[in-house]
Amino acid sequence: MINENFIRVLHIDLTSERVHIYKREDLNDYLGGVGVAAKLLEEYMRPELPPLAPEQPIVLAIGAASTIFPVITKTTAMFISPLTGELGESYAGGRLALTMFHAGYDAVLITGRAKNPSYISVREMLAEIKDARAFWGMNADGVGQYIRMREAFSGKRSILRIGPAGENLCSFASVCVDTYRHFGRLGLGAVFGSKNLKALQIAGDRSIPIPDFKKYGSVYSELYKTVTSTEIMSKYHDLGTPVNVVVLNEGGGLPVENLNAASTDNIEELSGNTFAKKHLVRKVACTGCPVGCIHIGQFRREFDHGYEYEAVSVSYDYELIFALGTFLGIKNSDGVLELIEAVEELGLDAMSCGVVLGWATEALKKGIISEDMTIVPLDFGSLDNYLEAARYLAYAENEFYADLAKGVKHASLKYGGYDFGMQIAGNEMPGYHTGYGALTGAAVGARHSHLCNAGYSFDQSKPFDIEALVDYLYAEEVERCLLNSLTICLFARKVYDRDRIMKVLDCVGKPMTNEELDRAALRIFKTKLRIKQKLGFKLGNVKLPKRFFQTPSMTGQLKEETAAAVIAAFEKRCEQLLAAD
Amino acid sequence: MPKAMRASGMKKCIGCFTCMLMCSAYNQQNHSISKSAIKVATRGGMSSGFQATVCLACKGSRACAEACPSGALVSRRGGGVILKKDLCIGCRKCQTACIANAVNFDEETHLPIICRHCGVCTRYCPHSCLVMEDSDD
Repeated sequence: MINENFIRVLHIDLTSERVHIYKREDLNDYLGGVGVAAKLLEEYMRPELPPLAPEQPIVLAIGAASTIFPVITKTTAMFISPLTGELGESYAGGRLALTMFHAGYDAVLITGRAKNPSYISVREMLAEIKDARAFWGMNADGVGQYIRMREAFSGKRSILRIGPAGENLCSFASVCVDTYRHFGRLGLGAVFGSKNLKALQIAGDRSIPIPDFKKYGSVYSELYKTVTSTEIMSKYHDLGTPVNVVVLNEGGGLPVENLNAASTDNIEELSGNTFAKKHLVRKVACTGCPVGCIHIGQFRREFDHGYEYEAVSVSYDYELIFALGTFLGIKNSDGVLELIEAVEELGLDAMSCGVVLGWATEALKKGIISEDMTIVPLDFGSLDNYLEAARYLAYAENEFYADLAKGVKHASLKYGGYDFGMQIAGNEMPGYHTGYGALTGAAVGARHSHLCNAGYSFDQSKPFDIEALVDYLYAEEVERCLLNSLTICLFARKVYDRDRIMKVLDCVGKPMTNEELDRAALRIFKTKLRIKQKLGFKLGNVKLPKRFFQTPSMTGQLKEETAAAVIAAFEKRCEQLLAAD
Repeated sequence: MPKAMRASGMKKCIGCFTCMLMCSAYNQQNHSISKSAIKVATRGGMSSGFQATVCLACKGSRACAEACPSGALVSRRGGGVILKKDLCIGCRKCQTACIANAVNFDEETHLPIICRHCGVCTRYCPHSCLVMEDSDD
């Protein structure tokens, strides 16, 4: 907590309907964000029970400098992932961090299961569990509108909600935050659903006196200037992340049609330029971020005969264009936006959704599964079929879709086709087939995300060497524990060097030396490793699908033995770290 | 030439709320949304676009100053008013008199929050939605 020597945790237990507030001085060692969330997850999780057992916790956490410095905008969510059965960690922007900061909570911990579908309304000095029975079954947008109408604090609140996929416990269901942002990966939506929790509103309006305004003003204004007037951040605002579509395609690192290829001839229709020219209608920011990277694209849909049209707006990004575009052979931007909208309404993680459907398409082609199971004839490029299939996934329409909703690893182990089910350690692959960095980085990363350690960046900037790659991945993984404990948006990772991090911490009454920061980063990383260990995860058991080694990557053909060597070397480092105590 | 702050480019607003955070920080030495003299909000949900509620820098007779029974609001060159804190009795009549809903009330200090047209928000507006304009009295 800013200017205080404790971390304030709001604990809501849905089973007993009791609310507690804890002031935890010991949690200061974990800074905030992923540090505090990991420590609380470790304390409250029940490794002996399944991921969706009512007892399992959800932790949301921010940092002491959230929102009051530019681009420190994220909130960490930690839980046990129903997709991988181990460490679940996800990040969302929007207004959530601002509202937690002003409500006066560093962390919100939710346990138990509500008797009936419910939503939680939190504000300073108040947390209520409310009836959401009539909202059950609504899509994520619809329930957001009702809660906006029912609850006060317009403009100073954040609304988290799930769609049908979360209610139906799809292992990669997302949680929508303030319409355009998400806790996307690893299935937090299903954890909400398993708790009968349809939505969570957090509102905050507390004012916090600034003890030394001169100091704060000068640190803030230097950071603001760096963020807004230098090149570091402009690419995220201009075309946004979709600028990468052409870059990755030209380099041969863009997964196409279930990674049967890593580039395609017809990319112009899906380029960042095309999206900007044809669809971009607005840019929006998370609260406290002067960059504004959220690109809103609009498409027109004829919903009835007789020239009946509606304009539909969705936020688009590189990862969505990959997963719901090239990976499924969708060749035009209108089609991608329409699929994004479907995924939003249903409350699915866009990346996992695209990747599981890519596998199902190829499995159907190969005769491993039948059209009786897929209901529609899935085929690369067939937009209408994918729109229907996404629905079947969210509603677990039949046994096959119920299996597919558990992730591509589960489905490919059951039906066959493991070697072209594109997951890494149980999490569906990100949009980077750039080389050993991306592949092994996601495998060794604590949450199996491309953002754990940015292996794709190593591939694109450094020559490959096992030891150099392991050094890079390990250093990034540890440093990102620090960035994520302060909930700095990773787009600003180059802005927030150690010097600036120390200045910021000094302004919020938590001065730390560089060595103390080193120790905190390692402490947090070790906590995450311990959680994984307790949940039975072993890096040595990760078996990568063969397709990764068949389709040439941006940096050439990859070898299974080499990838295994990187993973083994990383595992050894982690073992040494854990044994060092 | 005196100047006044105008929220003339709100179509470009990305909703970062930096203006509000900086207004509260500079003018009230608080990390706050509610102590800001400028209010940015959606018209109803994130998909609806942003609007700003802020002092319109009225010239000639100012309704807020007219309504003030204690003479705490005096005309500002360039438009709007200046709050004389010592004279304010916290009656909130300025708040109801302002037809732009631009006067907020600080429940902690029992004073109205009056835009000074100081321009801090314009300096921290990344898209020039908020600008200082010449304003002849």
